[in-house]
Amino acid sequence: MSEPLRSDQRCLAAAGIARIRRKRARRRWCVWAVLLACLLAGVALTLMRGQSFTPPMTVLRALGGADVPGVGFTVRELRLPRAVVSILAGICFGLGGVAFQTMLRNPLASPDIIGISTGASAAAVFAIVVLSMSGPAVSIVAVVAGLGVALLIYALSWRRGVTGARLILVGIGLAAMLQSFTAYLLMRAPSWSLQEALRWMAGSVNGVQLNQALPLFIALLFFGGLILSCNRDLEALRMGDDIAEGLGVRLTATRVSVIVAAVGLVAFATAVSGPVAFVAFLSGPIAARLTSRNGSLLIPSALVGALLVLLGDYAGQFLLPARYPVGIVTGVLGAPYLVYLIIRDNKSGGAL
Amino acid sequence: MVLLLVVAMGLSMTFGARDVGWSEIVAALYGQVETIGEAAVASRLPRTLLAILAGAALGLSGGVMQGLTRNPLADPGLLGVNAGAALAVVIGLAWFGIEDATLYIWAAILGAGLTAVAVYAIASLGRGGATPLRLALAGAVTTAALSSLTTAVVLPRGDIAGLVQSWTVGGVGGATRDQIVPVLPFLFLGLVIALLSARKLNLLALGDDTATGLGEKVALARAMAAVAAVLLCGATTAVCGPIGFVGLVVPHACRLLAGSDYRWLLPFSALGGAVLLTFADVFGRLVARPAELDVGIVTAFIGAPVFIWIVRRRKVGAL
Repeated sequence: MSEPLRSDQRCLAAAGIARIRRKRARRRWCVWAVLLACLLAGVALTLMRGQSFTPPMTVLRALGGADVPGVGFTVRELRLPRAVVSILAGICFGLGGVAFQTMLRNPLASPDIIGISTGASAAAVFAIVVLSMSGPAVSIVAVVAGLGVALLIYALSWRRGVTGARLILVGIGLAAMLQSFTAYLLMRAPSWSLQEALRWMAGSVNGVQLNQALPLFIALLFFGGLILSCNRDLEALRMGDDIAEGLGVRLTATRVSVIVAAVGLVAFATAVSGPVAFVAFLSGPIAARLTSRNGSLLIPSALVGALLVLLGDYAGQFLLPARYPVGIVTGVLGAPYLVYLIIRDNKSGGAL
Repeated sequence: MVLLLVVAMGLSMTFGARDVGWSEIVAALYGQVETIGEAAVASRLPRTLLAILAGAALGLSGGVMQGLTRNPLADPGLLGVNAGAALAVVIGLAWFGIEDATLYIWAAILGAGLTAVAVYAIASLGRGGATPLRLALAGAVTTAALSSLTTAVVLPRGDIAGLVQSWTVGGVGGATRDQIVPVLPFLFLGLVIALLSARKLNLLALGDDTATGLGEKVALARAMAAVAAVLLCGATTAVCGPIGFVGLVVPHACRLLAGSDYRWLLPFSALGGAVLLTFADVFGRLVARPAELDVGIVTAFIGAPVFIWIVRRRKVGAL
């Protein structure tokens, strides 16, 4: 039998824990700072480099509103909206994805794999093509449909409780159905050229405008705030439903608000940029590796999502032989990682 | 089943953007193309034939795959095999400029084969082997990645985009006799191998150890069945584009009728697939008159609910 700790030993242990906590907090801030710096560098890169190179000072002057001939239009109308929308959409996808992954305790249960993004994009295409809507109305339809699909998946996989495996499989089935619906709509769409349709289905920030960013930003503030306010409960949910309940988490309320918020984020982003493949799925696990699973994943995942979309778009535009939409780049990048996840046994489910 | 197939054929000849009478059908079958109705029937004939062939091939290959992987969720569409075939054909079109129908088919079969092996390998690596969940996930992922690649190949090529876009939905419309003839040898070969492997699949269903104990060469049996499945769905995809869910739904429905003996199940699946695809094609022509709904979309809407039903019915332990 070990003797009870003496008081000075207890003090030492407490100091040790405090030191570890401080160290972890420092590391967490470090990761956030590095991600933020990368993001800023990415923005600077996308603003300066395009078909032509613009020196940094000229970019700043153009952003400040000065009328620099030849540059003002390029920077303000072409590059800036693209960067802003990329970042906002990336944050939305990252937050929504990691919220789902954390809540369902399964890295594969991200909205783009279980069919929620597909539902939102099918609805958005329907709204644009058949109902000839535009602007915020499309986003609202996409959000409502995304929520509907999420509820449907949840209801269909309910059989004396929801298990992760059944939920994912039901989601895959629904996604296949919705995909063919979207393909049908796009094929029948008279006014859309095929190239444009293909680009949209792949997910692209081509030709976005700054006024599209505003609803996205408002959605991000609202739903993102909702998710961040659930942060503590989400962390408790990671330990399992029973423990979370024991810690005083109201399960149903937390689940409903997280689902609503995450679906809202993903659907709004999808309505603007199309379903950018795998960003929601990739952000959480990448953030988990970067922070070595230390503290909440919400903010790091949001930053990783923004980086993925921003750099994916840049790579698709300038680094590859032809110009590709960002969804193609992330789709091809994301697949090997998903393969790795499947190979590594994910039966335990808890790991992100 | 045969009766149903005949009914489906009749309907397929009769309905379309324009209804025709029986007398016109009979006349057209004897080769007259004088009235518009007879011309319509003449163009529907190859289409119906293709629907029957493609449906039979897909149903059969789905049945073989389910037996081979001992997995209720196996289907050429869900496992990404169709997407692989599609990518191979698109690459062939865009980079090598192939135009010959036989080369199409070879490309599709090559793509289908590579993808099938890759998906199965991905799913069975790691602990626990190829569970239905992992197989389905591996298929979904592979499909997503391959369609990204397909889009990447097509996007810079405006000239083939239209062709590819209409082809990737999966349909039997606009079939001509010239398209059907080159696939026939592949389908026939696939059919023969599939039916020959039926007895082996029965043994595989008992588990690898039992099958080995009963004197079956498990690896050989698997390879043979896989070749059959890939031949069938690759060749079909080359002509029709990827059509999903037929291979999933039909064997399950046929199990209710014919039991789980593959010697009966496989022929039934072929017949059932033909019936399903022909009906789906007719249905697609009727809902969206005077335009038509591609058969790939109709089968997805029939198939996804069945898929979900299978997932719900199984115990979690089995998944």
